[in-house]
Amino acid sequence: MTTMTGAKALVKILEEEGVKVVFGYPGGAILPVYSELQKSKIKHVLTRTEQGATHAANGYARATGTVGVCISTSGPGATNLVTGIATAYMDSIPLVAISGQVATSMVGTDAFQEVDITGITQPITKHNFLVTNPDDIPRVVKEAFHIARTGRPGPVLIDLPKNVAEALCHGKFISEVNLPGYKPTYKGNSKQIKEAVKLLKEGKRPLFYIGGGVAVSGAKQLGDLAHKLQIPVVNTLMGKGAFPAEDSLALGMLGLHGMPAANYAVSKCDVLFGIGVRFDDRVTITLDKFAPNAKIIHLDIDPAEIGKNVRRVDVPIVGDVATVLDTILEQVTPMEHKAWLSEVEAFKAANNKAYPAEAGYDLVSRQVVEKLSELTGGKIILTTDVGQHQMTAAQFYQANRLGGFISSGGLGTMGYGLPAALGAQMACPDDTVVCITGDGSLQMSINELATIKGQNLPVKVILFNNNCLALVRQLQHHFCNNEFFGVDFDGNPDFCMLAKAYGFEAYCITKTDEIESTLKEALANGKPTLIECLTNKEDMVYPIVLGGKGLDEMLIQADDK
Amino acid sequence: MQHTLSVLVQNQAGVLSRVSGLFSRRGYNIESLAVGVTENEKISRMTIVVEGDNYVVEQVSKQLYKLVEVLKVSDITDEKYVGREMVLVTVSVEPSQRGEIIAITEIFKGRIVDLSRKTMMLELTGNEEKINAFVDALTSFGIKEMVRTGKIALVRGDIGE
Repeated sequence: MTTMTGAKALVKILEEEGVKVVFGYPGGAILPVYSELQKSKIKHVLTRTEQGATHAANGYARATGTVGVCISTSGPGATNLVTGIATAYMDSIPLVAISGQVATSMVGTDAFQEVDITGITQPITKHNFLVTNPDDIPRVVKEAFHIARTGRPGPVLIDLPKNVAEALCHGKFISEVNLPGYKPTYKGNSKQIKEAVKLLKEGKRPLFYIGGGVAVSGAKQLGDLAHKLQIPVVNTLMGKGAFPAEDSLALGMLGLHGMPAANYAVSKCDVLFGIGVRFDDRVTITLDKFAPNAKIIHLDIDPAEIGKNVRRVDVPIVGDVATVLDTILEQVTPMEHKAWLSEVEAFKAANNKAYPAEAGYDLVSRQVVEKLSELTGGKIILTTDVGQHQMTAAQFYQANRLGGFISSGGLGTMGYGLPAALGAQMACPDDTVVCITGDGSLQMSINELATIKGQNLPVKVILFNNNCLALVRQLQHHFCNNEFFGVDFDGNPDFCMLAKAYGFEAYCITKTDEIESTLKEALANGKPTLIECLTNKEDMVYPIVLGGKGLDEMLIQADDK
Repeated sequence: MQHTLSVLVQNQAGVLSRVSGLFSRRGYNIESLAVGVTENEKISRMTIVVEGDNYVVEQVSKQLYKLVEVLKVSDITDEKYVGREMVLVTVSVEPSQRGEIIAITEIFKGRIVDLSRKTMMLELTGNEEKINAFVDALTSFGIKEMVRTGKIALVRGDIGE
């Protein structure tokens, strides 16, 4: 066994784990790791904040299906990781975050740039480690990657004191981890699977409700099963891309701002098979009106999700989506649901009513999203920020690529989209990566334009600028008697001029007839580009399901009562 | 309803904080928590008394299992188990009252562990009910200080046929 420093051991295992890119921001306490990174083949991308690094690692992880890695120093570097770690935790994204820490002799003394980051991140990590013995480093790093990527994926933080990184490491390099308290269940219970198959056979109006779990595992099996049984599919925000939108069985997103066809189908179905989902409140809205006629099958790898939100689950299955769906596929014979599918087809007519009303400008965001979808065939990687533009993208971008729709779902983190696009483009340099954002969200991470330019990445940013936090404004419209407050951005910059200052190409469009030509030009130019679309702040996102209502009671347009 | 959970965890730094943090952030009420090492020094047993209906206890148990250091969670509420708490209580006692206190302590099979001119310290182990009764019996003398442990518990052995 060769002896090396803790920092070197850490970097060696990153290499062993196949890490090609890390996103980070250095500082005093993490210097030993940076010295080793410099000698490594791993590419380091210096973001403009640590938060940008976490979101970039998140986008990288989602575009590749591998573990994203981000690195910070101690103290403020570590606290800046927090929002990004929480974002990854809520969306079950595999991340390993490595933070520097003050020397063990200083821990607990309120030393310069000391913060208890393992304490802070305990509720938002799948697991975390404070390494106090350099010999533990090989085992800890190996375990961190294993925990992050297996079972229900999630972020793992390793806090590494400076002296531990500098000290000699005599620890063994292990190839297998041994965690007696961590054994995810992959194979579903065969009795429950039989029950599920029975319900699927009996159902006259069965429906698949798929989420992020299908994007992680089993997208192919899901597609096969949907076709074999002729069962339509609704998706959550996190499930977008896991089943191609162009498929005739795809009904789109359900829930708060779900597509009319999807929401009607949920309310009408008699068997609802939730796959890799958690019956989130933005999906169910009003629990006792959610899928009121349906028997519910719930498949998820996390046992704690089953029965947590919807308690009337008829058939719970804990297991890996791909493994369980494989078993189900073996046990079913082809079916047809002609009557149900034609009923569902009729629901789709309502989809076209969901244009925002009161559009003062020629340009509404839906037109841009639809054109982007058409021009790209839904095969690009699209990231979004959080707000109205996110919902419009989720509704009208026809994602036909697994991992091709990247958005902060559970935490709803503004400022996510741009660094996520950076990460995705680093992962897939030859693909088109587009970030759809708003003027509120973009300004939370606008500094990452510099990182994108610095890496010469041809990321396209489509900015819907209405000088307003329009989704909050919409909430004030629905719930605060149109008393708008604290939502108008006075003093927004000239975004095109700003983008140019960062070295981006920039376009500003205000009219419908400019959409296609501008998008075509931007998509073909091979350069980092901003397309600013001026939209009206009075535009609203429809459909919307107001509190206390069932999904089928959504308002499809502004004058719906 | 009160449930008694017996939880085996890896005996590592931070595990108590993970478990207690989980309870507070998910809004579960811990009535008591006692932790100590088992026959295997690498493993600790936590005995947690939690208030809640079956839904809450099922959630608690599933969430506990998600912690990497948690090895086993058993709800032993409906099993045959021996549960014990312990109390140390210092009572104000005039020398003339000592006999009465000694008698009470003997009735409960407690022990006298300290004596001063005006106080006595008593020790008792037993289930929650017994300890409550003991404390009630002493209240009229004036309890100066008291400390109680949380419940520890082990499931009884199976005698078989």
